[in-house]
Formats: sequence, C-alpha cells, structure tokens
Amino acid sequence: MSEIFLLLLGTALVNNVVLVKFLGLCPFMGVSRKMDGALGMGMATTFVLTFATAASWMLEHWLLQPLGIQYLRILGFILTIAATVQFTEMAIRKFSPGLYQVLGIYLPLITTNCAVLGVALLNVQEKNGFLHSLLYGFGSALGFTLVMLLFTGLRVRLSLAQVPAAFAGAPIGFVVAGLLSLAFMGFAGLA
Amino acid sequence: MTLFDRFFSGMRGGVHPEGRKDLSAARGIRALPLPQKLFVPLQQHIGAPAIPVVNVGERVLKGQLIAVAQGNVSAPVHAPTSGIIVALGDHVAPHPSGLPVPTFTLACDGLEEWAELQTCDDPFALEAEDISARVAAAGIVGLGGATFPSALKLKLSRGMQTLIINGGECEPYLTCDDRIMRERATAIVDGISLIAQAVAAKEVVVGIEDNKPEAIEAMRGAARASSMKVVAMPSMYPMGSEKQIIQVLTGQEIPAGGRPADIGVLVHNVATAFAVQQAIRYGRPLISRIVTVSGGAIKSPGNVEALVGTPVRELIDFAGGYSQPAARMVLGGPMMGQHITNTNVPVVKGSSGILALTPDEIGQDEASPCIRCAACVRACPVGLLPLDMAAHIRGSDLSGAVDLGLKDCIACGSCSYVCPAHIPLVHFFNYAKGDLAAQERSKLKQEATKKLAEARSERIARVERERAEMMAKRKAARAAKERAAKEAAAKAAEEAV
Amino acid sequence: MLVAAIVSLTVLGTVLGLLLGLAARYLRVEGNPIIAEIEQMLPGSQCGQCGYPGCTGAAQALADGSAPVNLCPPGGVALVQALADKLGVDADLSGVEDQGPQVAEVKEEICIGCTRCYKVCPTDAIMGAAQQIHVVFREACTACGKCVDVCPTEALSLQAVPVTLQSWYWHKPKLEVAA
Repeated sequence: MSEIFLLLLGTALVNNVVLVKFLGLCPFMGVSRKMDGALGMGMATTFVLTFATAASWMLEHWLLQPLGIQYLRILGFILTIAATVQFTEMAIRKFSPGLYQVLGIYLPLITTNCAVLGVALLNVQEKNGFLHSLLYGFGSALGFTLVMLLFTGLRVRLSLAQVPAAFAGAPIGFVVAGLLSLAFMGFAGLA
Repeated sequence: MTLFDRFFSGMRGGVHPEGRKDLSAARGIRALPLPQKLFVPLQQHIGAPAIPVVNVGERVLKGQLIAVAQGNVSAPVHAPTSGIIVALGDHVAPHPSGLPVPTFTLACDGLEEWAELQTCDDPFALEAEDISARVAAAGIVGLGGATFPSALKLKLSRGMQTLIINGGECEPYLTCDDRIMRERATAIVDGISLIAQAVAAKEVVVGIEDNKPEAIEAMRGAARASSMKVVAMPSMYPMGSEKQIIQVLTGQEIPAGGRPADIGVLVHNVATAFAVQQAIRYGRPLISRIVTVSGGAIKSPGNVEALVGTPVRELIDFAGGYSQPAARMVLGGPMMGQHITNTNVPVVKGSSGILALTPDEIGQDEASPCIRCAACVRACPVGLLPLDMAAHIRGSDLSGAVDLGLKDCIACGSCSYVCPAHIPLVHFFNYAKGDLAAQERSKLKQEATKKLAEARSERIARVERERAEMMAKRKAARAAKERAAKEAAAKAAEEAV
Repeated sequence: MLVAAIVSLTVLGTVLGLLLGLAARYLRVEGNPIIAEIEQMLPGSQCGQCGYPGCTGAAQALADGSAPVNLCPPGGVALVQALADKLGVDADLSGVEDQGPQVAEVKEEICIGCTRCYKVCPTDAIMGAAQQIHVVFREACTACGKCVDVCPTEALSLQAVPVTLQSWYWHKPKLEVAA
C-alpha cells in the first residue's frame, strides 16, 4: 500500500511531468485562463493518460515484443492514443457541451500532448509491470492536473495584477511557470 | 486598529478619522431666517418620486400636502412654508451627478401660515396601524442619510424584539444629531416611545458614541422614567451604520444579503424619532431638519434648523460665508457624503450636513499601485477584501467582485480612508454597484422585449393563418356557388327541354 | 517479419476504427445543443444588426466561433459578458462601450404618420395610426434601427438613452500603472 502511495507521490510531485520533465507544456499554457477549463482539461488528460498507458502496455507486451517489431512502437502508441482521445472527445461532447466548447482545439490536441506519449515510452524504457505502468500513468496525470490548477489560479490572479506592459500576457505567464517549476524542483529531496 | 479596540468595540474593522466635531458642536441650534425661494424636489427618498397634487400659481400653506406618495416605497412631500408655487420643473439635484430632478419652486410669502394640522393629545391610545399611517402621511424618511420611508420600516417590523435608536453619528464634522439630543431629548424620548408602541418592541436601546457625553447625559435624564436603555458606544467609524450598531449593541451580525428584520431588530435615527414625535403629537409633517454647516472653509460653523428646499448657499451665508475658498463641497458627512459642485442645490430630508472643505482637509493624493498591505482588510467593518474586489473591478471582472461580497459592501469608505496608496477603493465599488444595477436593468428590459418580439411573431403567424383559412373558406364558398349555379343552369336547361 | 508488421498495424487500425465507429453511434449528438442555449440568451428581436439572418443564425455563428461575442448591439455589455462566460472566451468590451444604450426617437415635427415604422418594429415598441404622430415606448425599444431605415422623412433616429438620477452611476476610476 505504502509503495503505491509513494509511487503516486513520486510521479505527481517529484517527477512532475510538466514542471520537472517539461512534457505537455502546450495545454499547460493554453488552457490555463479559467478554472473550469483547466479542471476539465486535467480530467480529460487524466482519463486519456491512464487509459493510454494501459493500452500501450498491452500493445508493447502482447503485440510488438512477441512479433519483434519494436521499431513500430511510436507509430502504434500514437494510434492508440489518438483513438482514446477521439473517444474522450465524443464522450465530452455528448455529456458536457459546455466543457467541449471551452476546451476547443486543445481537446483533440491531447493526441499530441507529449506527456501522454512520453509516459507510455518511459514505461517501456523502465520495463515497468502492468500495474506499475498504470499507476505511473495515473500519478503523472494527477501531477498534470495539480499543476494545471495551480498555474490557472496564479494566472487568474495575474490577470488582475498591474503587470508592466512589456511583461503583460504570455511573458509574465512564462516567468511564473519558471518560478513554479523551481518550486517543484524542491520536491527532489522527497525521493 | 489594535486588538484592544476590536475587543471592546464589538465591531469588526473600522477606522478612527479625526472627529473635527468641536468646530460645530459647542453652539446651539439656530433657526435659519426664511429664504426668498425654496426648491422642493419631488424625490427626497428612496423609491418612486412623489406625484404633485398642486398646480403652478396656487397658494399653499405651511405643512400642506403638495405631492403624494406613489406606490409602495415612496413618501409624500409637504410645503415647508406658506407661499405661492411659482414653478414645477427641473432643478439641480443634491446628487454628485448634478443632474436635474423635478422640483417645486415655492416663493415664500413670509406669513408662515400653517395648514390645519391633525394633532393628537393621547398618542399612546392610538393603534399601531394608525401610528404608522400618520408617520407615512407626514412624509417621514430615515434622517440618518438613507432616506428610506420610515412608515414602511415600521409596518414591516411589527413585533420586533429590539428597537435600536441610532445616536452614533460617527461621521466626522457632523454634530446635528448630537445637538438635537442635547436640546430636544424629551421630545426624542417621547418619539422613541411612540415608535416602540408602533412596532410593539420588547426592548429599546439608544446607542450613542462616547464622544458625545452631553448628549448621553441629556438622553439618560429624559429616559429616566421609561424602560429604555441609553448605552455609550466606543467612538469609531462607521459606528452609526445600521449593521454595525446592531452588531455592537446586540452582538449579532446580520447575515450577508439580509436585513435587520431578519434578526428581529429595527433601527431608527434619533432625528427620525424627533420627527415622528412632531408628526404624531402636533401633526407637523417633515418640513425642516437640523443641518450641520461646517468645514475648514466656513467662517462660523454651527447647526442650523433649515426648511426643506432651502438652497445650500443660504445656509453658508448664514454661517458667515467662506473664510477661504472651499476646495470641495460635500452634502452629508466627509466619509459617505455626496460631492456637490453647485450651491443652488436644496437641502432635502436626508441632508445631515453641508461641508466646505479646504485642500488640507481633503488631502487628495495621486493613487499609486497597491502594495497589498491589507490595511483595507483590517479596516473593513463588513469583513471583505477591498483590495481584491477593486482588482477584480479594475480588470472588468464584476462577477468576480460579487463573489467576493461586493453586494455586502456598505460603501462606508473606511478602506479608502486607510489606503496608504490612496487608491479610491470605494469609488471602484460604487462604480461596480452602479454598473451591475445597469446590467440588471438592461437584462430585465431584454427579457421584456424578447417576450414582445415573440408575441409579435406569434401574432403575425396567427394573422397569416387566419387569412389563409379565410381564403380557403372563400374559395370553397365560391366553388360551391359556382357549382350551385351550374346545377341550377343544368336544371333550368333540363326543365326547358 | 515485414508481413507481421503490416498485418499487425492493419489489424490494430481496423479494430480501433471499428471501436470508434461503435462509440460514435452510441455517443451521437444531434445538432449542437449549445446553439439552443445561446439563442435563449439573445434578445430574440431578429433585428439583424449583427449581420446574421436573425438570432438563430447569430447563435450558430457564435457556437462555431465565427462571430465575436460582442456582435449583438441590443444585448449590451451584460450579454457580452454572459456569452463570453458561456463560450469560455475573453470578452472584448471595447466595441460595445463606445456607443452606450440607445433608443429610437420620433421627431414629432417631421413625422407624417405613414405607419411604416410600426409595421417593421420587432418588439411593437412604436404606437401610432395613419396620419397620426407616432411615439416610441422607450421601455420596449431595442434600438435595432429597422424603423430608422424605413422612415421616409428621417423623423426617426437613434438617440442615446438620457441619463437620469435613477440610472446615473459613478464612472470607473482610471488607474494607470506607474511606469
């Protein structure tokens, strides 16, 4: 049990996908204007990431390795990820049209979210078992959602601050993201 | 403010502005000589404006009804003196906008001839409804500054637990309530008993700030025979605000968005109590009030009993005029009063003071960026976050400000007063409240016009349909006729054969 | 080896495609539900000032993002805010503020009582009869400008709503960042 907890903590905080590994920065900057959108993005990515890690583990161990065609790994993984994202998009459109509207282009872009592919590839690289892979994916997604919410909170406050004209908009966003990243580096001692 | 203050005042936040009450407190109330002309606005209260019932050119008597209340929330207006109504038209309103408002112009004839008044020798024998009806007929509104029709408050608050009489007068400079309590304590206590009778209050508390020891003394003396309590409250702004005085005297806080009645409390001002006594005992409607004329730019400040409708200029002249050019004119207190630019504006029922302030007194500085010191948070008597609310409003996020409690802001100005960066916080809140109200109005209008548009398209469709039906019917009738004609022709031909 | 690669990828693709096809069947959405919601928010006077054929067209354009949220002059600032919240975009209030709310007004000395204006008014805000001077009910006028277009004598014009004591409020304080 404590191992599971440590694994989740390690992936969510110490090895945070966004702020420590710098994966998935596109939605991190793009959908962090409003809390609703950020939360929706976090949940959609959580679903896709967890599901895609499981699917890619199966693909790797049941198809690519037995047939010895590991060189098709990236192609195969992208295929499964794209299908998962498509499915998520359809589900969100059906059950939450408002969120669908808010997420806009960033929803199909989860396909190219490097965090999703990155986590799947890292799982293969580190030769993780199925459960381990699943937790690794889920923990990363939790970390992604966490920093999305943190950063969105900061940006909402930033939008009210009197930022000097040269820094207004994206520049101050990047400065803040950098500071947040520094803060997350501090978790390194936990590991 | 220190922890000590907080513990003993029973109020959250608050500030200690310099009182400057000694300018006008020492001198007794003087009656203003009758001016030549009075300007009596139809709207001197919260709610719908009154409807005029006298014509231009008509002679009216002192205390005669000249405009009647319209709708539920409204108050009638009476002639402040005898004379001739020379005009009914736009006159500059006692309002920071300087916009005009429909106003009676009354040329005084100097006779001060009273209309027939309905007096009452034994007011305590009156029914509660009768008392509030007489208060309504006298056009009495809250004289503390809110100008909410008093009779409505009485009606809505029947069976209240506690009646609080507000003698706080926490605004700097103002001493009109102080003076009225010192000089007319017996009448005020009589008026309080009448209000208590009208609402059947179980407990009556008079709260007076402890910087007015003479007033407390006078009120205690007058109230000795009755069961009402006269309580000295710590001097702190905004002690005279309804919500704050309730919190201090009863220890209860009004829930957000609620009214005092929600916790069984009714608050009236001391001057209102006096007006109620005058109305019930002597039948005199509310046609005059005590006004503090003060400020560094006034030669001899003091309190004046002025008729409603007297131009501000007359009061300033009576107080010796200006000792130096005034940098700003304020109607009411310096914290919450209305900034005016024209001294032709009349004194109305809610005008508690006229202040001519010097540049030193207004101390205007350029605003600088917020340093997040949170002085405003400590000062806010309602417990809001003025700095965050202002930031949201500046960023055009009004709904964000509402989420932070904008609607509970009492606009007391404590935050602006303490802000070291001189940010006009309360100005932001007033703007936001006004803008939200405007948005609300346009939303209501949009809903109404949408209904109209739908009704119209429905009507057009119906007319269209009816026309089509009519056409079809006519066509059928014509066809039937033709057929009948044809048949008749055939028959005729047959018969002919 | 090569065959295995080709076959496995083809099978994988086909299976995923089939699954997605099934999902699309079960999760199908009829139309765009958000269009109806947006249309509910619009004034519904079908005035056409936005350049779209009526409020339904405008709602569609808003939903697919081809129209800005400040397209509706009669809706005012409140509508822009509401639409921006609904669609999750930033409200651009600059285009709306400069005009302020308006209403149509009849210049009585030029009105010939031709009745053309009240026939086109989408909210029945104009009262009048043939050969009589027409009057606009301010409360019902959405300032759509249709009457202005049909008036043969230019007696109708859009005027800013006069500020009264009831509608006046403090302007927004201007605070610039000290550079």
